[in-house]
Amino acid sequence: MAKSGTFSNLHDWLISEDFTSARQARLHTVYLGWLSLVANPLAFAGFAVVLLLVIVAAFAPMIAIHDPFAQDFAMALQAPSAAHWFGTDEFGRDVFSRLIYGARTTLYITILVTVIVAPIGFVIGATAGYLGGWVDVVLMRITDIFLSFPSLVLALAFSAALGPGIENAVIAIALTVWPPIARLARAETLTFRNADFVIAAELQGAGTGRILLRHIVPLCAPSIIVRLTLNMSSIILTAAGLGFLGLGAQPPMAEWGAMAASGRQYLLDAWWLTTVPGIAILTVSLAFNLLGDGLRDIMDPRNG
Amino acid sequence: MSMIKAHHLAASYGHGDTALKVVKDVSFEVQKGETFGLVGESGCGKSTILGALAGRNKQWTGSIEIDGETIGQKRTRAQLAKQQLVFQDPFGSIHPRHTIGRTLLEPLEIHGKDRRQERIEKVLTDVGLPLNFRYRYPHQLSGGQRQRVAIARALILEPKILLLDEPTSALDVSIQAEILNLLKDLRQREQLTYILVSHDLAVVAHLCDRVAMMQSGGFVEIATRQQLLENTVEHAYTRILMDGSRGYVSERRNNKGEALPV
Repeated sequence: MAKSGTFSNLHDWLISEDFTSARQARLHTVYLGWLSLVANPLAFAGFAVVLLLVIVAAFAPMIAIHDPFAQDFAMALQAPSAAHWFGTDEFGRDVFSRLIYGARTTLYITILVTVIVAPIGFVIGATAGYLGGWVDVVLMRITDIFLSFPSLVLALAFSAALGPGIENAVIAIALTVWPPIARLARAETLTFRNADFVIAAELQGAGTGRILLRHIVPLCAPSIIVRLTLNMSSIILTAAGLGFLGLGAQPPMAEWGAMAASGRQYLLDAWWLTTVPGIAILTVSLAFNLLGDGLRDIMDPRNG
Repeated sequence: MSMIKAHHLAASYGHGDTALKVVKDVSFEVQKGETFGLVGESGCGKSTILGALAGRNKQWTGSIEIDGETIGQKRTRAQLAKQQLVFQDPFGSIHPRHTIGRTLLEPLEIHGKDRRQERIEKVLTDVGLPLNFRYRYPHQLSGGQRQRVAIARALILEPKILLLDEPTSALDVSIQAEILNLLKDLRQREQLTYILVSHDLAVVAHLCDRVAMMQSGGFVEIATRQQLLENTVEHAYTRILMDGSRGYVSERRNNKGEALPV
């Protein structure tokens, strides 16, 4: 592949292993990851869809052609047309605009759950694995209790107890997602627990916190990131499920699961009400799965 | 002046009924600037003694004195910095996701040392690595280069003692000599005291002033290098070890050239 001047220089600089600065070493790793992502078409497709989702969510007001909350009963249940690309719902709201705003809700839930779950899961799992003994027993039995419930049932129970609403749905989903992360972090920590480089750090006087954050985190991070990416699709599905059952996002907020649920009553007359958000959920969760699979190949070659 | 004094040192693994006493009552002294070797077959307790001295193995009894200071089971940071361990396997002893610079910076941060970049540059020069290696990851280095990094990491805290746990046995023969010569130079330049664990008597004879022969957790003989070189060791077990280190010999002959029964 012929590359023009500056790009070719940049490529050479990034690919060279003869580093002259710490920044170059870091960029080199990132660049190699990028190259293998591009080389894997399915993972790249997943990445592209996720990127599209982020762009759509960020620029929702500019992309949406109608106000997602404006009701117009005269226009209720219109079939897809040039004015309303995906038709209108039972209140005459534009389905396309609601779909665009729904991307914000979806992204909001997935990011919030991930941000809550990653540190909690890591700290509990890694502490249990590193310290061992009774700390391990106590923390892992608590994890087991959470793991022993089907996640949707547990999320349902929590969001029923906390009351409907998107923040409560996030808390309920987070409570069901952290235990597998903790298990994974513990398993990873155990494999490095007695490695020479951890012992070397101990013999130089490093404390537990430093070893967990500086030495264990960089090693666990790849598999945890992969696991979280793969989890995002199930977070989306659970959020949609809660929305479908009326426990997640509340009307008039645009949320894909709730949109699919309200369209159910008009399924025969207005198929687009259920189909369009359904396809959106399918596409995005598939994209997260493909991306997660690709990331596993890139970051975590052991499990490839 | 003796740098290390171990008196009736015993060490074990496990608890209660399953406890296994690996080192049974050894006593020795190592002078400042001396290299003391520990030799013996696998499982005889050489590495366990090293672990107890380094602070890795905490289940020991008896007394240990390092640089005139009696050491307890729990050590302060300053006590930990007095001696540093160099591991056998250079592929497992360096953090795979830290650059070399990060690996060397870590101990400096723990101990709150100043002039960090200067110290890193000095120690890299000391072990004979180019300065730009600090931006590399361990997987970009060869075994010998990694062992140099491991030695640099041990040296960066300016210890008085290096505890070497078979530092060359995972390396190619040609690289072994390089590392041994590096260790020899460093000992002279930095006035270090070494304890070297090995089962290779050639390595030991190259570096050590005195050697303790170990068998099932105890010393059978402490020989000087002179004795090793002149083959005047006394104990039968030491002779077996020395024969073993000579490698395969087709048959043993007496001075008339007649074959001896093995």
